[in-house]
Amino acid sequence: MSYQDFGSFTIRALHQKIKAREIKFTDIIFSVFEKIKKEDEKISAFITLFEEESYQQAQQLDETIKERDNLHPLLGIPFAIKDNICVKGSLATCGSKILANFISPYDATVVTRLKNAGIIIIGKTNMDEFGMGSSTETSYYGPVANPIDNSCVPGGSSGGSAAVIAYHGALGALGTDTGGSVRLPASFCGVVGLKPTYGRVSRYGLIAFASSLDCIGPITKTADDAAIILSTIAGHDEYDATSVKIPTNKPICNPNAIKEYTIGIPEEYFAEGLDSNVAHVVEKTITELKKRCKAVKKISLPHTKYTVATYYLICTAEASSNLARYDGVKYGLRIMGENLISLYEKTRQDGFGTEVKRRILLGTYGLSKGYYDEYYGTAQKVRTLIEQDFDEAFKTCNVIITPTAPTPPFKLGEKISDPLAMYLSDVFTTSPSLAGLPAISIPGIGLAGNFPVGVQIIGPAFGEEYILNCASAIEQINE
Amino acid sequence: MSNKYEVIIGVEIHVQLKTKSKMFCSCAVEFGANPNTNVCPICMGLPGTLPTVNDKAIELAVKVGLALNCTIVEHSTFARKHYFYPDLPKGYQITQYKEPLAVNGFVEVAGTKILIRRLHVEEDSGKSIHSDKESLVDFNRCGVPLIEVVTEPDIRSPEQAVQYLHTLRQILHYLDVSDCDMEKGHFRCEPNISLRPIGQIKFGVRTELKNLNSLRNVREGLEYEINRQATILDEGGKVVQETLYWDEQTKTAGTMRGKEESEDYRYFLEPDLPVLVISKERITTLFKTLPLLPQQRKNVLVEKFEIPNNIAEIIIESKEFADYFDAVMKYCPNYKLVANWLVTEVRSILNEKAITIKDFSISPNQLANLLNMLNENKITGPVAKDIFVEMMNCRKSAQEIAEATGLFLIEDDILLSKIVDEVLNENPDIVTKYKTGKTAVIGFLVGAVLRKTQGKFAPDKVSEMILKHIAGK
Repeated sequence: MSYQDFGSFTIRALHQKIKAREIKFTDIIFSVFEKIKKEDEKISAFITLFEEESYQQAQQLDETIKERDNLHPLLGIPFAIKDNICVKGSLATCGSKILANFISPYDATVVTRLKNAGIIIIGKTNMDEFGMGSSTETSYYGPVANPIDNSCVPGGSSGGSAAVIAYHGALGALGTDTGGSVRLPASFCGVVGLKPTYGRVSRYGLIAFASSLDCIGPITKTADDAAIILSTIAGHDEYDATSVKIPTNKPICNPNAIKEYTIGIPEEYFAEGLDSNVAHVVEKTITELKKRCKAVKKISLPHTKYTVATYYLICTAEASSNLARYDGVKYGLRIMGENLISLYEKTRQDGFGTEVKRRILLGTYGLSKGYYDEYYGTAQKVRTLIEQDFDEAFKTCNVIITPTAPTPPFKLGEKISDPLAMYLSDVFTTSPSLAGLPAISIPGIGLAGNFPVGVQIIGPAFGEEYILNCASAIEQINE
Repeated sequence: MSNKYEVIIGVEIHVQLKTKSKMFCSCAVEFGANPNTNVCPICMGLPGTLPTVNDKAIELAVKVGLALNCTIVEHSTFARKHYFYPDLPKGYQITQYKEPLAVNGFVEVAGTKILIRRLHVEEDSGKSIHSDKESLVDFNRCGVPLIEVVTEPDIRSPEQAVQYLHTLRQILHYLDVSDCDMEKGHFRCEPNISLRPIGQIKFGVRTELKNLNSLRNVREGLEYEINRQATILDEGGKVVQETLYWDEQTKTAGTMRGKEESEDYRYFLEPDLPVLVISKERITTLFKTLPLLPQQRKNVLVEKFEIPNNIAEIIIESKEFADYFDAVMKYCPNYKLVANWLVTEVRSILNEKAITIKDFSISPNQLANLLNMLNENKITGPVAKDIFVEMMNCRKSAQEIAEATGLFLIEDDILLSKIVDEVLNENPDIVTKYKTGKTAVIGFLVGAVLRKTQGKFAPDKVSEMILKHIAGK
């Protein structure tokens, strides 16, 4: 069989070939699994693979799809799903030992919607345990390597999903983003990662880390592909009371739309600690955009310096609550003890990794009697101030551009024992999360060494259209 | 207990709402189903699941709030209350904390207002079943909607506490929001108790009492705890703040947990649920759907229909009974007769058969027909009772029974005159006695006539005829 690297196609381009009857679905699956077999031993992007099922599904499509005019653009597209999103009948480990044997009895709403569109789920991807990490090194299943340089981290926590897209093991992937977990790995792996507005995409079936921040978002090669996936998964869900009833626009990116845009550049994001190579790429990107947009203006987000602290107080508090259910009683790991308390202690002691335990402790402390006001209560107030910063900024601009991460990818093991340094990787991505705003990471113009550098475009609430248009303008410049 | 102390009681009540489905998922609510059959990923707290609010439960809770004269909070919030226990699958209970659904109400109990501090909605936990070798959990109850109703410390005696519970339960019955079966755990009561020397303003140290699953247990538990605290105070000791667990068998309460062990529930706003908005319009609409409550119905009976207070009290005891009364009244204009019959004859039959009015086989219309016959002097009281018993047995109408057995009163003066003559002739000595002034013997003569006629003549008519005949002799 002649081998063609279908994994290198965009979703849009492969869909054209599918529509034109130029390729068989089984050939696509063959191609991506060849790639996975070649790459994944060193990358470890997957926790579970569904090779046989994928072939079966592809074969069925080859046999049944005759009429090719009105096919969904995702029909037959090989897809990778982060392992904290439930797929019925499959493991959903969250990268944790405590859920190493947990098989979900139901589909997440996003999975149902993607399945209805006809995607082929080829596997579940590796991740930081429960999404807690910025490097995909805290997984019980071992770290994920960056496909561009295997000695470096892919970013986290959706490192598996970003790496798979980068090495062409799948054409579309779902990641989840609580404080940057889609955008940071997209930046480090040189792909596109979109965090939608909070409430745009149903969280039903996403295993919670921090419920008021968690978002499911696509990781793809292009903004256009991200738009296709977003429009498929977005929309109100009766199973998620926080999902909103705002209609989603058609998945079309228009790079020329930026002619009308004013781009805001927050001065607080270009301060000390920003790697000079990263700064250079972002500045160059802005310079190029300036030639094509209405205006570029400096703006101020004055509470930026509190975002990491605020973020870590809120996400740990919610995590301590969300992870309380893993007690060894109903599912997942159980280590028997001499009584109930010791069963709890042993199960949680053995089942959770260091970073997860650290965050449960921090969060429990932050919610405790006598400390609540000082920590969680204060953090909530600051969160409101951060939201107001953005409200104010978007009165004078359409999108805001910042670096996605302060540095290029760092080495595996470099920051794993220094949680504070690790937390600072999220310095630019956490504020849109706290404000619930849509943000995308897209490779900017130029490189930092061997690495592409992610540029973050932040939009107003439910303004995904703006950031996708702007992202596709950058893609056009890069082409 | 000595009279040195004033008793201060506040009560927390959990009521299971009568909804078809659970609070945050669509599982059925049903008592006595096989273990773990009414469960789903949501109420089992499986990873990734989210709660959505059962609007029917909110509707019922708002109705209760309104019936308890509360202010309904237009923007209330849900919170998570954390603790570890196997029957709590998420590791937290979804409840309301800082902004409850309803606040500042009251209930009138025997003329005294008991203030309601707050009312909120929450989810029930599962049920743990322990044996020597293992513990099992049934999650059927997990996620069943509850309301919690909390009073101010306004109650001053166990008697009053029981009255309050009784009144509250009656209101809930009238609203048809809960079955309120204490033994099935539909209505759980957790009082807190403290004593203070008469005249002192500051409250004493309070204890909380759990596991009171009947009104009798509530009374006994409170009496026990009041005596216990009084003894401690009498001896110069200090009451310790703690939670006590009532043992029905030994009639004592043991420490469940002390203040130091009091749990830190780490409440925080439930991020999975938006603010619960109840519009003014909805509150108004729901207010209009409220049925007449027990007190209101009693007032109608007393004021409009001139039914004595104590009888009205019995009639409104249950909504079904009061409804039955209303239904009979529609067909029978003698309200007092209806009221008397309901609280005597009907109630004694219900008690005898140990059934409620719902299972009573005589329809209001049928009963009204019987009472109308009595009211119109077509039958005598004793005959009416006989017919009533017969109606219970054969399910025929009063009319049919009366006709078939010839129980109707006869208005045949010639026949009556003849029989009276017979009786007077048979009892000349009695007639003589009467004539000498012993008028009380008339009763004997009336009885003799009634016996001869099997009660087919009205007693007052018989008596009238006898007098006429004696006078003529």
